Amino acid sequence: MMKYQINILVLSTFLFIALSSCNKSKEGGEGALTGEVKIDGSSTVYPISEAMAEEYRVGQPEVRVTVGLSGTGGGFKKFCRSEIDINNASRSIKEEEVNSCGEAKVNYVELPVAYDGLAVVVNPENDWVKEITVAELKKIWEPEAQGKITRWNQIRPEWPNEEIHLYGAGVESGTYDYFTEAIVGKSHSSRGDYTASEDDNVLVQGISGDKFGLGFFGLAYFSENKDKLKLVPVDDQNDANGKGPITPTLETVKNNTYAPLSRPLFIYVNSTSAERKEVVDFVNFYLENVGILAEQIGFIPMEDKEYEEAKVKFTNFVSQKAQ
Amino acid sequence: MSSPKRRSKLNKRLIEGGLAFSALITVLTTLGIIWVLISETFSFFEEVSIIDFLTDTQWTPLFANKHFGILPLVTGTLLTTFIAIALALPIGLTIAIYLSEYADKRFKRAIKPVLEILAAIPTVVYGYFALTVVTPFLQGFIPELAGFNALSAGLVMGIMIIPIISSLSEDALYAVPNSLRESAYGIGSTRLQTSLRVIVPAASSGIVVSVILAISRAVGETMIVAIAAGQQPRLTLNPLVPIETITTYIVQVSLGDVPHDSLEYRTIFAAGMTLFVFTFILNNISYWFKKKFQEQYE
Repeated sequence: MMKYQINILVLSTFLFIALSSCNKSKEGGEGALTGEVKIDGSSTVYPISEAMAEEYRVGQPEVRVTVGLSGTGGGFKKFCRSEIDINNASRSIKEEEVNSCGEAKVNYVELPVAYDGLAVVVNPENDWVKEITVAELKKIWEPEAQGKITRWNQIRPEWPNEEIHLYGAGVESGTYDYFTEAIVGKSHSSRGDYTASEDDNVLVQGISGDKFGLGFFGLAYFSENKDKLKLVPVDDQNDANGKGPITPTLETVKNNTYAPLSRPLFIYVNSTSAERKEVVDFVNFYLENVGILAEQIGFIPMEDKEYEEAKVKFTNFVSQKAQ
Repeated sequence: MSSPKRRSKLNKRLIEGGLAFSALITVLTTLGIIWVLISETFSFFEEVSIIDFLTDTQWTPLFANKHFGILPLVTGTLLTTFIAIALALPIGLTIAIYLSEYADKRFKRAIKPVLEILAAIPTVVYGYFALTVVTPFLQGFIPELAGFNALSAGLVMGIMIIPIISSLSEDALYAVPNSLRESAYGIGSTRLQTSLRVIVPAASSGIVVSVILAISRAVGETMIVAIAAGQQPRLTLNPLVPIETITTYIVQVSLGDVPHDSLEYRTIFAAGMTLFVFTFILNNISYWFKKKFQEQYE
């Protein structure tokens, strides 16, 4: 956690310099605003929103933007209780979350902000894993594997007869939901005997210190820790979207050949909050600048056209509310 | 004439009442905590059988395939505790014997507070020390050591509890009357013989109590193991792989966003109750031991 803050600090300083040189930051708003914008949710989207918040403060120092990380699911719980204005989500809102927001009469709008790939990673000293198939990942992570698949050679006979140590996102994170959905086939369903943490830095720390480790988390966290981890190309054995094992890159995530582990990231805005000037201003600022920022911190930006659409969607949402 | 007297009597009663109330606050807090633990644990066991809880070898309450066996968490806790004591007992006792029997008085007066600084270091600092210094260092000798492991967490925890053992044991050794020392020298014992065969046995009750208190401290220690020992409940005595202790599990669930009033949430009370039972038994053993075996001289 200490390391985390330092990361954020370095990151935001970097972004500050990068952005002020682009001169984009002045677009913020219509005079000085005050108030507070509360954001929570996915730890995957956190670096983007935190960077946006830092950047926004430059133009609007009187608006306090706070960003938490409770995981997408944890964030939605707070969001539907109207405790926060914006939820960071690394997946779309689920049926039961739609219902609980509905019960609390909370209206919202979903805005896509970037793409992310899920990285499957091993320790750099691991010299046996060159690629892995989706079927093998399923065999490792499905609930039936619990207590049974515990050694590397159970996955492929030629891999060493050593214990496998698994690291992955915690059950409250959207990353977990997305990974289980894509790999196991059913959301929220996996083995339980692995190191599970909502804090991706714990996972990075774990795998980078463990020769027999294997884990998964958002691609951006890999980009930040390239020197400590080894990325594993994933083969979905479906030649229609690219032949053979595919390494997640800007290109392969965007054109969806890195299937099934690439996904869009969202922010959700509460309609009551969207009546407040500072929230509207912040969201507009967000959609305006997130493209450039996302790429700098290791995410994959969407097309300019898609950002334009998101802006129109948000403007309509706000004006609808005003009527 | 009686009025100032009465006033002073009233004052006295007020002060006494205030003192009694302060004492009561701690008792009430303890009772409140025990009450919450018991009631939540009780509703936990309405849904999960206590036999599964005590015998199942897997602990995965947050996942699809739910198991509620506390054993992996208990072994994790005992493993780190054992490693800590294995380090702290010999070192702590050696320090105690040295300070009490050998060291120069002035040296002792200088060194004792320094030792106690070890106990004043925040445990979160110890945790990062284990994770970022001790583990990489140990990986130099033991390449298969995982990044999170019971070994380095246990060793660092051992360092943390050295002052508990050394300080309390030293008090016990020092309290052995000089007549015993002099008699031992009188029949021709060397200093080492006197220390090990006369003084240590005479102070054994105090030493045992110090060790039990140290164990109880290690069992309940949270930050070090949460940071350095991992978060994977597994039934193993292998100190080289990631494990999870009872305390770490409680931290993990309380920090995440598990809905209150769900079975998943109540698991932390069941885990907390287990921990409480452990430390409660240990503290009672130490109390009983002190009463029963304290050697009486004079």
